[in-house]
Amino acid sequence: MVSGEEVSSLAVNTQPAQAAADERIREVGVLSRLMARPELGALVAVVVVWLFFAVVAADNNFISWATTAAILNRAAPLGILAIAVALLMIAGEFDLSIGSLVGFGGMAIMMLVTPVEAGGFGWAILPAIGVALLITLATGFFNGVLVVTTKLPSFIITLGSLFIFRGLAVAVPRSATNRTQLGGLDEVSGYGPMDAILGTKLELFGARFDVAIVWWIGLTIIATWVLMRTRVGNWIFGVGGDNVAARNVGVPVNRLKIALFMTTAFAAFLSALIQAFQFNGADSLRGSLKEFEAIIAVVIGGTLLTGGYGSVIGALLGTLIFAMVQQGIIITGVDGDWFKVFVGGILVAAVIFNNFVRQQATKR
Amino acid sequence: MSEPILEVQNISKFFGSVIALKDVSMFVRAGEVTCLLGDNGAGKSTLIKVLSGVHKPDEGVYRYQGSEVSFSSPRDALDLGIATVYQDLAMIPLMSIWRNFFLGSEPTVGWGPFRRFDVDFAKRTTREELGKMGIDIRDPDQPVGTLSGGERQSVAIARAVYFGAKVLILDEPTAALGVKQAGVVLRYIVQAKQRGIGVIFITHNPHHAYPVGDHFVILRRGQIYGDFTKDEIPLEQLVQMMAGGADLEVLSHELEKAAEGGGPGADELEKVAEGFEAEARGEAD
Repeated sequence: MVSGEEVSSLAVNTQPAQAAADERIREVGVLSRLMARPELGALVAVVVVWLFFAVVAADNNFISWATTAAILNRAAPLGILAIAVALLMIAGEFDLSIGSLVGFGGMAIMMLVTPVEAGGFGWAILPAIGVALLITLATGFFNGVLVVTTKLPSFIITLGSLFIFRGLAVAVPRSATNRTQLGGLDEVSGYGPMDAILGTKLELFGARFDVAIVWWIGLTIIATWVLMRTRVGNWIFGVGGDNVAARNVGVPVNRLKIALFMTTAFAAFLSALIQAFQFNGADSLRGSLKEFEAIIAVVIGGTLLTGGYGSVIGALLGTLIFAMVQQGIIITGVDGDWFKVFVGGILVAAVIFNNFVRQQATKR
Repeated sequence: MSEPILEVQNISKFFGSVIALKDVSMFVRAGEVTCLLGDNGAGKSTLIKVLSGVHKPDEGVYRYQGSEVSFSSPRDALDLGIATVYQDLAMIPLMSIWRNFFLGSEPTVGWGPFRRFDVDFAKRTTREELGKMGIDIRDPDQPVGTLSGGERQSVAIARAVYFGAKVLILDEPTAALGVKQAGVVLRYIVQAKQRGIGVIFITHNPHHAYPVGDHFVILRRGQIYGDFTKDEIPLEQLVQMMAGGADLEVLSHELEKAAEGGGPGADELEKVAEGFEAEARGEAD
C-alpha cells in the first residue's frame, strides 16, 4: 500500500512540528481537491448526460422548464429513498426491502383510512399516518435487529424482507378488502392540510413542480449535515470502514445500524406517503425494483459498495442522472426498452470511474 | 518503588478444555514499560484480551489503581484509562486522520438538535497532539490509508494518550514494521512512558523490547516463565529464554557458519548482528 518512495520521505523527528509552512504539502489544485470528493464522478456525469440529451433531444424541447420539472418530479420519490440508502451503504449495509416497504407503507396508510364497510378501519388521516409510520419503522427495526444479532450479510436478510413485506402488502389488503389497489384518499377527513405539504404542485416558470422536490432537497441537506458534521456521521463512516475497529473505540455499532435500517424504512414510508397523495391512493406493487434503482443512484453518486466512503449529495446527483436518462428516453421517443441497457451501462461505468477516483484520492 | 497502577494476580482463562492462561501474574507501574514477551501460541493475545476487558478471567484478581475491578466490555476499561492499541485494527484507512483520531469520542459544540462535531477543534487538536508526540503530519485531511504502518501505530498511540490513557496496552505494535519504522514506534513508547503512562508492550521480538522495557515478563504455553527487571537479565539471555534456548542456538550456529563460509551474504549477516547489538547497547544507556 505504501511505496518505498513514500517511506523515505517520512522524516519523523522528535521536535514539535513546525506548523506554518511544510515543504511536504504541495499546493493542490482545485481539480485535485475535487478529485478527492466522492461526488465528482456523478457531477461530471450529470453534465455529460444533460448535454447529451440537450443536443440529441433539442427538437423535443429537452431544455425547457416543463422537461426540467418532469425530470425532478420523477427523481424526487426515488431521491428520498436514495438518501437513506446512501447513509446505510456508507455504514456498510444493504437494504433490499426498501422498495417493498414503499408498497407496504402505502397500503398500511390506505388500509387504515379505507371505510369499514370496504374492509378497512375508517380512521382519520392524521392518526392513520402516525400508526402506519410506526408500523413501517417497526419493519426497519426488524431488519436491523436481525442483521446485528445474526451477523449475517444484510444482503440476504433484507432479500428475505423484500419478499416478506411485498407479500404482506399484497396478501393483507387482498384478504381484507379483496383489492390490491386502494383509492379515495381525498375523501378522508383531514385530507386538505396534509395534501398541501405532501401532494401539492408548485407553479413556477409556467411548469408544475411537485412539493416532493422540496422534501428531497431538504432531506439531502439535513442528511449531508448529519454525515459530515455530527458525531453520528463520523460513526457512520467508521462503522462502514471497519466494524470491529469502530466498536473497539466505543462506537455503538449495533444501535447505529438498527437506527439506519429504521431510517431507510422512514424514507420508504415518506416516499409512499407522498405518492399516496400524488396518486390519491396506494398500490400493493408500488416501489417494485426501487431498491435496486436506489442502490444504483447511490453507487453512481460515488458511494462504495463495501462501505466507509460516499456522499448524500452524490446520491442526489445519481438520482438526477437516473431521472434524466428516463425522461430523455421518453421525450426522444426512443423505445423505452432501451432504458435498462442505458442505466446498466452507466452503472458499470460509474463503478469503474469511482474505483479509479478513489485510488487516486488515497494515493496522492 | 511505587505501587503498580495495573496488576493481575493468578489469572486463569479456559476455553472449553483448553487452558489458555494458567496462574498468570504481572503488573505495570506508572511511567514504566512492562514488556510481555512470548512466542506464537504462548497466550499473549488471550492475556491482552483479559487486560483490555474483552474477556473476563475465569480465576484470579484484576487490580487497577489499588482496587479490584471487573470489566464487562472494553469500553469499561477505556473509561478507567486502560487503552489498548491493536496491531491491525487501530485505524480506518479510508477515513481522514482527524476523523480517525476522534472516532468514538467526538468533541461537540452547539445545543440540542444542533449539536455538531467540532471539526475545526478536531483538526487543530489532531495536528497539535501528533506534534507533541513528535509526529509531523502533512495534512490532517489525508486518509489514514496513505500513512505508513509505523505512522499509523504512532497516531493510534497519540490518540490513546490524548484521551487520558493511564495504561497503554500495545499489541505487537512493531510486528509488521521495517527496522526504521519500528524505531519510530519505540520512540513513541518512550515518549508515552516519560509522560507518566504505564505501558504494557506486547511483542515476540526481544530486540524491540529490551531497549525500552523496564521489566520483562516471559509467557510460555499459557504460564509465566519468568519476570525480570532489566538489571537482572542481559539481552542475550532474554533472547534465549524467549525462543526456548536450544532451537535458537542451532540457528545461530548455522548463521555463524554461513558467515564464516564467506558466502555472498556473509558481510551482511555480520552487519545485522552488529546492528542489533549496537542498538541494544545504545538505547539501554
